Amino acid sequence: MDSIQKKLLAEVADLHDVPQGAYSLRINGSLYGKNSSENIEIVAKTDKPGIDIYVKAGTKNESLHIPVILSQSGLKELVYNDFHIGEDCDVTIVAGCGIHNGGDAASEHSGIHAFYVSKNAKIKYVEKHYGQGDGNGENIMNPTTYVELAENAHMEMETVQIKGVDSTYRKTVAKVSKNATLVVHEKIMTHGKQVADTEFEVELNGENSGTHVISRAVARDQSKQKFLSVIKGNNKCSGHTECDAIIMDNATVAAIPEILAVNPDASLIHEAAIGKIAGEQLIKLMTLGLTEKEAEEEIVNGFLR
Amino acid sequence: MLEFRNVSYSVAGKDILKNINLTIDDRFVAITGPNGSGKSTMAKLIAGIIKPTEGSILMDGVDITDLSITERAKAGISFAFQQPVRFKGITVRDLISLAAGKSTSIAEACSYLSEVGLCAKDYVNREVDASLSGGELKRIEIAMINARGTKLSVFDEPEAGIDLWSFNNLIKVFEKMHERTKGTIIIISHQERILNISDKIIVLANGGVAEYGDREEVFPKLMDVRSGCNFTKNS
Repeated sequence: MDSIQKKLLAEVADLHDVPQGAYSLRINGSLYGKNSSENIEIVAKTDKPGIDIYVKAGTKNESLHIPVILSQSGLKELVYNDFHIGEDCDVTIVAGCGIHNGGDAASEHSGIHAFYVSKNAKIKYVEKHYGQGDGNGENIMNPTTYVELAENAHMEMETVQIKGVDSTYRKTVAKVSKNATLVVHEKIMTHGKQVADTEFEVELNGENSGTHVISRAVARDQSKQKFLSVIKGNNKCSGHTECDAIIMDNATVAAIPEILAVNPDASLIHEAAIGKIAGEQLIKLMTLGLTEKEAEEEIVNGFLR
Repeated sequence: MLEFRNVSYSVAGKDILKNINLTIDDRFVAITGPNGSGKSTMAKLIAGIIKPTEGSILMDGVDITDLSITERAKAGISFAFQQPVRFKGITVRDLISLAAGKSTSIAEACSYLSEVGLCAKDYVNREVDASLSGGELKRIEIAMINARGTKLSVFDEPEAGIDLWSFNNLIKVFEKMHERTKGTIIIISHQERILNISDKIIVLANGGVAEYGDREEVFPKLMDVRSGCNFTKNS
């Protein structure tokens, strides 16, 4: 790994080198290295790019890292990763993609992740997207996440895209069974002429299933964001979707929450708020000695923390 | 030392403050007066949140009228809001660090919080958002001013929104500040007990200074309720 690749790895996975335990590291379109552990088996797919991950039933307190690094300009790839999580697991999965584009051609990574989470399993999925580079080529990332939660399963998904991604279309589709819950925290910041479209579609199919889909977004400069969230209550369930956005400069933000109840015991809530930074917040921080610009940064960083 | 020279402030042709001339040079000065008399306006003029329509404001002989909020903060002015602001994602410790102008350790942040009667470990990592009550926010606001430790601190009705039980503790906080301060504390208040620990009292009425003098002289007049308040009955 060169220094650029190491920096990207640190940005997206907080790693300074190849991690301990189970991992799969993909650099510039091919598998750089992978390691299975006793309980987590990683198998390269033979029919298409990507891996299958099998987590043994009962695996607790283990983590898996699957970062992707692109430092070669103009590279385009489509990768399929399938996660088969056994019953009663409690694991953390850290994914992420970092692109350094120093050329003029667009670099693009599209990751299609499918999670099959068995009964009583609990997973935390963290996904960070980051782009950099001094070339004119765009950094494009289009992640698709498909989730199936079996009875009593719980998944917490944290997605972060703070910097340098020129164009993204993120789609998450989930089906939630009896007593299972899905919690999503999405944080997005766009700047320049970036475009970010994000879509969630959660079907609450089981009795007492639940979801929270929460997005915090900051749109600066001329960037454009669209947040679409659809929650379907097909059973006795509870669903909540929230989009909270700070709009700055000449940016555009659209928030389209949709809730659909087809069962009288479905309880669904949507909230969406878009607005600029409150003047009184800026004034408060300025009375502490910050300049307006510093105050703005502090407020945005806190909001996206 | 703070000086108002011929300061007026008007909004849409309505005078909020008219030709104020006064010098504040004591350790603990209370500003009081009926609602709408211009007290909060005066505090905002000091902090630089609004600028006078006429006249000038001086600190230690230096004209600060044209200084921005940030410049005044850096020059040594602190301002505690009457209605503290809420933030999403910013913690109590973050705000105390920003106020102190440096990263504060948990122990340091805790000492500021304990002083205002908050059990520090419960608060230091909490977000300053809608989950905090008005009273909690007011105390955090005061803790921030203490963390800044500037030569001039302005408090806009610190008692507003604080329950009676907490109020006794609040008085103690201000008594302590009075003892320790090396600079000037200006406190806008309607509370008898706060007025009673002041060195001087300024009474504003109808946008002007109705009275300004030592506590011993002004306080009895304010308390003379039997005859109605001298400063409002003629207004």
